[in-house]
Amino acid sequence: MNPRIRVMALSLSVVLLIVIIDLVRKRRLREEYSWLWLLTGIVVFVLATWQSLVIRLTELIGAKIVVSTLFFSGLMFLTAISLHFSTKVSQLSDQVKELAQRTALLTDELDRIRGSGGGEPEAS
Amino acid sequence: MTEPKKLLVVIPAYNEEPNIGRVLDETRAAQPHALILVVDDGSADRTAEVARRAGARVMSHPFNLGYGAAVQTGFKYADRAGFDRVVILDGDGQHDPNDIDRLLEGSEGVDVVRGSRFLGGAPYRIPLLRRAGMKVFGTAASILTGQRVTDVTSGFQALNAVAVRFLAQNYPTDYPDADTVILMKRAGLTSREVPVQMRERLSGTAMVSWAKSFYYVFKMCLSILVTLLREKPRLDRA
Repeated sequence: MNPRIRVMALSLSVVLLIVIIDLVRKRRLREEYSWLWLLTGIVVFVLATWQSLVIRLTELIGAKIVVSTLFFSGLMFLTAISLHFSTKVSQLSDQVKELAQRTALLTDELDRIRGSGGGEPEAS
Repeated sequence: MTEPKKLLVVIPAYNEEPNIGRVLDETRAAQPHALILVVDDGSADRTAEVARRAGARVMSHPFNLGYGAAVQTGFKYADRAGFDRVVILDGDGQHDPNDIDRLLEGSEGVDVVRGSRFLGGAPYRIPLLRRAGMKVFGTAASILTGQRVTDVTSGFQALNAVAVRFLAQNYPTDYPDADTVILMKRAGLTSREVPVQMRERLSGTAMVSWAKSFYYVFKMCLSILVTLLREKPRLDRA
């Protein structure tokens, strides 16, 4: 891997780590989501510094050039993070739907208690 | 004696149908003048129904949010209703309601009292790994708060209105642990530990695998770090 790309990867991963920690600090990022991002930053940092590991990984995955491993790893982690977020979004969607429906039911009950409901069947 | 609006006992419960009846009977007997609130954290079983029949007030979450959120719901209610003191008691029978008086006695002059199962005599059997974790993080909490913390994961607590208002707005974690102890210290809440007896769960088991242990340690370290890095939370002692 040429030194320029190593410096780039190194500095970007450090910036990423700082940004994540700051976002968590300011409560704009929940801890539970931060650790996957932290892992990604750490992995990119490690791959940019540990030459022998990267070379072994390159042979393992069958890539031609060493820098591909760096890109490939970054891509794989981003895919994992995206997938994780998709599952979280799915769960949140279900929860929001549940809350919305409950709100509708509660509002109706409140209206009935206040006497402004309606739609009662006629007494037979 | 305590008047009705003065003490609220919050019992978070998740699928505790087999245990909750007994817990409520014991609590009622130990604290007949307290309002007992069961926060049903989206149980799939009939916890809420059993609790209601046992005479408790029950609030049910529409879905499971976790222990921390259940306790926080109790705090939000206590804050709105103006309770002087809140006691948290686990719904699984591990905490002895007869120790509530001991907690309350120990709460003179401090905001938060934690019941410690390690201050008194020998506690029930705890798995070695878990015990080690509690020791490590307990020590960390002791160092970081400048106070001796012997039972860092104890959910058996008594809190005053100031602490309740603070936690009603700021309860980020899931289970009380070293990070909550540190958070409360950083907010300026005073605390104390008193010895209590804790029992094994009346029914059901808690399993811990190696992978989960590792994940827990990592999460705790991250959480403590984050608590320390964040700005000191503001407290309202009005």
